[in-house]
Amino acid sequence: MLIAFYIAAAVAVLATIVAITRHHAVHALLYLIVSLLAIAIVFYVVGAPFLAALELIIYAGAIMVLFLFVIMMLNLGEHATEVEAGWLQPAVWAWPSALATVLIVELIYVVLHTGRPAGAMHVVTPKEIGISLFGPYAIGVELTSLLLMSGLVGAYHLGRRAYREEERYGINTDGRRVVSGSDIVHAGSDRASHAA
Amino acid sequence: VLYLAVTLFTLGLIGLLTRRNLIFTLMSVEIMLNASGLAFVAGSYQWGQPDGQVMFIFILAMAAAEVSVGLALLLQFHRREPTLDSDTASEMRG
Repeated sequence: MLIAFYIAAAVAVLATIVAITRHHAVHALLYLIVSLLAIAIVFYVVGAPFLAALELIIYAGAIMVLFLFVIMMLNLGEHATEVEAGWLQPAVWAWPSALATVLIVELIYVVLHTGRPAGAMHVVTPKEIGISLFGPYAIGVELTSLLLMSGLVGAYHLGRRAYREEERYGINTDGRRVVSGSDIVHAGSDRASHAA
Repeated sequence: VLYLAVTLFTLGLIGLLTRRNLIFTLMSVEIMLNASGLAFVAGSYQWGQPDGQVMFIFILAMAAAEVSVGLALLLQFHRREPTLDSDTASEMRG
């Protein structure tokens, strides 16, 4: 069980190192997802299977998809197609998939050999977490809901105001949107020259 | 486990300090939040209590809120300037 932890830790550290040194954001995102998967396995090994599931669903699922959406929204038309051609080369996705393969082999090993996450002194079940969450930490739950609500309103407000400010200051992104018109596929493709 | 948390936190800090791209900055902040959550889970493992895991759930919710606001700011910044270099942000006035 200790060896499983060390392998997952090594994969996490490696993937994180590679993630912060990539030049392309999507590649970094891939490595970051692998790192999150490795950390989820670490959680599983130290007796927190519920948190491992949460890590996968929320971090690797929701937050990373949010990043991906933003990267896609910012993406630069013609430049993106070149990059996409580059993605088809195996050298780009070979390392993330190799690291992920290590992780899945390890996960299968751990599940088959124990049937449950042993090695931990005390496996904390979702029930205990729930009792603790709505018992002594009820005020924390309320505060978290408040925080999430304010985050939602804040993100919406920032997203809305961006359009109005463009109108007010007459920044040429307005003109660009008119030029691209309803051609959503190629909208913003002329931004590539600005990014260079 | 704690050593892993410290290593990941340091890596996130290095990423935060060295990268100038705003997306990478946000990613590094995510790595650091995740590492601190890992430290909480390590404490929970050490003493066999669920409290640390409850804290991790709070950190998770906070990271979600933080990243949504951060990405909205990033989108607005990108509409204003067609670059994601955080150095240009220092020239914004008002």
